[in-house]
Order: sequence, then structure tokens, then C-alpha cells
Amino acid sequence: MATMTSTTSPPAPVFLDRLKRVNWTPYLFLALPLALYFVWIIAPTLYSIYLSMTDWDGVTAVPNFLGFANYQRLFTDRTFNEALVNNVRWLAVFITVPTTLGLGLALIFNQEMRGGRWYKISFYSPLVLSLPVIGLIWAWVYQPRAGLINSLLVGIGVQNPPGWLADRDLAIWCIIAAAAWRQVGYVMVLYLAGLKNVDPTLVEAAIVDGANRRQLFQHVILPLLAPVTTIVVVISIIDSLRAFDLVSIMTAGNQRTQVLANYMYIQAFNNYKMGYGAAIAVILFLISLIFIGFYLWRTIRDELEY
Amino acid sequence: MTTAATTGVNTRSVLGVSANRRRLGEVPKYVFLTALTIIWLVPVFAALLTSFRTMDDITLNGFWSIPSQFNLNNFAEAWSKARVGNYLLNSFIITLPSLFGMLFLSSLSAYALARFKFRLNLPLYFMFVAGTMLPFQILMLPVFRLTNSLGLYNTHLALILIHTAFQLGFCTFVLRNFMRTVPGEIFDAARVDGCNEFRIYWQIMLPLSLPAMAALATLEFTWVFNDYLWAIILLSSDSLRPVTAGLATLRGQYVTNWPVITAGALLATLPTVIVFVFLQRYFIQGLTLGSGK
Repeated sequence: MATMTSTTSPPAPVFLDRLKRVNWTPYLFLALPLALYFVWIIAPTLYSIYLSMTDWDGVTAVPNFLGFANYQRLFTDRTFNEALVNNVRWLAVFITVPTTLGLGLALIFNQEMRGGRWYKISFYSPLVLSLPVIGLIWAWVYQPRAGLINSLLVGIGVQNPPGWLADRDLAIWCIIAAAAWRQVGYVMVLYLAGLKNVDPTLVEAAIVDGANRRQLFQHVILPLLAPVTTIVVVISIIDSLRAFDLVSIMTAGNQRTQVLANYMYIQAFNNYKMGYGAAIAVILFLISLIFIGFYLWRTIRDELEY
Repeated sequence: MTTAATTGVNTRSVLGVSANRRRLGEVPKYVFLTALTIIWLVPVFAALLTSFRTMDDITLNGFWSIPSQFNLNNFAEAWSKARVGNYLLNSFIITLPSLFGMLFLSSLSAYALARFKFRLNLPLYFMFVAGTMLPFQILMLPVFRLTNSLGLYNTHLALILIHTAFQLGFCTFVLRNFMRTVPGEIFDAARVDGCNEFRIYWQIMLPLSLPAMAALATLEFTWVFNDYLWAIILLSSDSLRPVTAGLATLRGQYVTNWPVITAGALLATLPTVIVFVFLQRYFIQGLTLGSGK
């Protein structure tokens, strides 16, 4: 029977045959999540690229197509430049300070000690605070007149204490410090988990070979922690590119604290220049893409080895 | 057994301080660590202390002074007048359905990616992994437009949908890797017994994945509960705002009244702190889940 039909109308059965050979079960499981993911994540990403080439104001049904005009404007936009510089500063601090501090703390707390658990909890507890809460708490600490730091400085006799968030040269660093304060605990947790997986026999072998503590750290522990370090660096980069909440809450981007995410928000939702905002978002996306690509390449490599 | 035990002890002492120096050096070390910890948490203590005082007291006597009185007025003011209670309720209305949605949907996709061999398996997996790292900004305007055209702008559902969708990537990634560690024999046996794939997923894989899902749920609860960006983009009514965005409103109302602001901030933190206190183990597991590979 089957051969009969296939000789009368060849293309359809071959096609049907192939369809039948595909196992549809995984696609049934994937249908719902994938549909949601495409509509809310994948399609919007692509649509943003289109919007960045228009003059959309948030209301017009069909905006005018501008090509790369928005991007050209970005080159001469001083605030964009300021935001880019601030993101780079944020990134530079994030991949150095919390990483080193977090690793240091992880090495300390990896040893058995009395009350070690409480020390650990203290350092990672800022992680459960939302960024707006952290922003408010730190804004109060930095408050120029009655705030914690300046009351202390005045108390010990400092004549003109800095204005912190009110000081245009200091403000961005104050915000980054608050962000780093939260990040340290995160990095510490990741390194602690990494240290737990360090094979004790390797460490013992190094000791038998006469390695001192510095050599042990430099040539054994650190290389073994390399995968964690990669994750930490990628997370730090992605987080510093996403930086928005603290700036929005603490200075709203004033005092020379603009960052790309907040500038994009202001252009799109305060000035209704959504096309221009989309262009800023695309730049942010392209920068992230370098690191997403790197991380993905690593995942693919691991996956193929598996 | 014995060798393993000794090895453990040796590594510990060498990784840290050698056994002899350890006992001698203990006191300064603890003093140093305690001091460091206190300094580390000073901003939180400062907020806590402030929330019990009045601004007049602080302006008059300075921050570093003995409070003239302790009272709970700021908390009452923040809770009812600044409506932190209402904002917190909104946060739960947004967070809990999002959590349920993302865990259910990602368990489906993770099951498909972990259990079946098909051509699109790896590409789809990589798509989910890549999606976890997207900056929100690239989605913001299209999601804003989509929400508007679906008539969902200024509803909690809009937030539930974007949170569920965005976190699908991370949840799928974590659950898929967890499910791959479950030995395949269990499923072969179930299939021989006549179980269909959906029953295997529902009655075997889901119960087995509960530990991973608990860790994920704890972490995701904190993430979604603490979201601020989507709340200010997809909602316009103040009465619908979750507590993160509500705090921004509160800040605008009580510009320099720091005791009420800090009281509000502390109240806003309560749910995540409670989750953290009771489910700490899961929270830490969750944090390290994504980096386990």
C-alpha cells in the first residue's frame, strides 16, 4: 500500500515520512516555554534594533526610518560619552575590587573557625537587600550634613568634609562603592563554593613537594579556581553594564553620574525619544554581546567535551 | 576513611594558617574579623538606628549622639501613610505567580533539553544561556510597546509575564543541568512499566528535581521581589507599584525625612530577609547553581 501511494504522488509521502521520523515529544514540552520566550525576549531584542533606526516617540504607529542617524548623533552626545566613561569606571572597579576582596574573604572563611558561619552571613547579607534599598541606605550614609560619614568627619575636626553625592567629582565613585559593597558577598559565595570543590589531594601533593603558602596559592589554588574566576568576571561585567537602579535612586543621573542604562531610560521615558533610547540600548547590547559570546563559547566547548 | 580524614585536616590548616600559629594568632584574627564585619554592616546599623529616631533629634544632636527617645512612629508612618504595606502586597501579587510560572515552564523546557536527543537541542540550550545575560535595556522599549498594544500596560500581569519570560533562560539552564545528573535507568524502567513521557516528567522527574527547584525558587524570589526597572516601566499607577518602586515614591515625598525613609526601606526588606533567614541554605545553593558548571 505504502509503495503504491508513494509512486502515485512522490513528494508528499517522503515529506510525511520525514515528519513521522522526527520525535515530536521534546517539541511538545518546549512549545509553551519557547512561545513565551520568543514573544517576550527574542523578538523584542530584534525589534529594538529596528526601533533604534527610527524616530519613534512611543505613540506613533509607524515611525520614520532614519537609518543610522541616531547612532551618528551618539558620537557627538556629551552625556552619552559621560555615561560610557562611567560604565567603564564601574566595570573597572567591579572586576578588581569585589573580586579580590571576595576571594580574600573566601580564603579566610574557608577554614574552620569559631562563628565562621556568622561572619559569612554578615558579608553576604547585603545580597538580599534590593538595590533601591541599598541606594537609600547609602544615600543616608553619604548625606552631607547629618549623614554618618560627615558627622564622623566633623566630629574628629575636619573643617570642610566632602559633599559625596553632592560633589560632581565624587558622586559616581560613591555609587560604585555602594554597588561594590553588595557585590563582595556574591563573589565570596562563588569562591567559597569553588574552594569546596578543590581536590584536597592536589593541595597535599603540593605540600609534600615543599610548596610554601604563597606558592600553594599562586600555583595550585588560583589555577584550580580559574573557572570560578571566569564566572565572577563575566557576572561583574554584565552587572556593571546593567547598572541602573542605584544611579536612578541615588542621583537620577545628575552630578555627572550618568550611566548608559539610566541615560537610555531618560531619553526614552522622560524625553520620549524612544528611537534614540533604543540606539543606546543597542550599543549596550553590542558591548554585552562580546562577553555573552565569550561565555557562550566556553559553554559550547564544555558541552561538546561532555 | 582515615586517609581521607587526615587529608581534610591537613589541607584546611595549610590553606589557612598552620596548626601552631593558629592557636597563637587566634585572638587578633577574631578581633580583626569582628571589627571588619561591624564596619561592613555599619550602613545597615545606621539605617536601623535612624529609623527609631526623629529627624529633629538627629539634626539637633548629630548622628553620633544618644537618641533622645526610641519609638516606632516612623514605621507606622511608612507602613500606612506612605503605603509601604500596600506596596508590599503588590510585590507578592507580582512575585508569586511569576515564580510559579517560571518554574513550571522551565521545568518543561529543561526536561525536553535534558532527556531528548534532537537536532535543535543544543542551539536552543545556548539560546537560553545567552538570554540570561541580555541587558534589560535591549528588551525595554519593545516590551513596553507590546504590553501597550495588548492592553496590559499598568497591570500586574504585564510584570508577571516579563519576569516569567526573562527568568525562563536562567531556570532552564539550571534545571536542565540538574536533570542531566539523574541516571537514565530510572526512566527506562518507568517506560518499560508503561509510563508515557508526560507521566515520567510529572511523577518522576519533577519530584526528583525538587531540591534544585527549591534553591531556584529562593533565589528567584529575591530577584523578582527586588526588581525595580520593570516596575517603573510597565506601571503608571502608584497604587499598583511593588515596594521597590514604591520606595522611590516615598523618597520623593519624604525628601529629607531620613527616619521615615530608612524605616520604609527596612520594612521593604523584611520579606526577603525572612526568606533568607529560613531558606538560607537554598539561597546559597541557588547563587552557586549557575556557576556550578
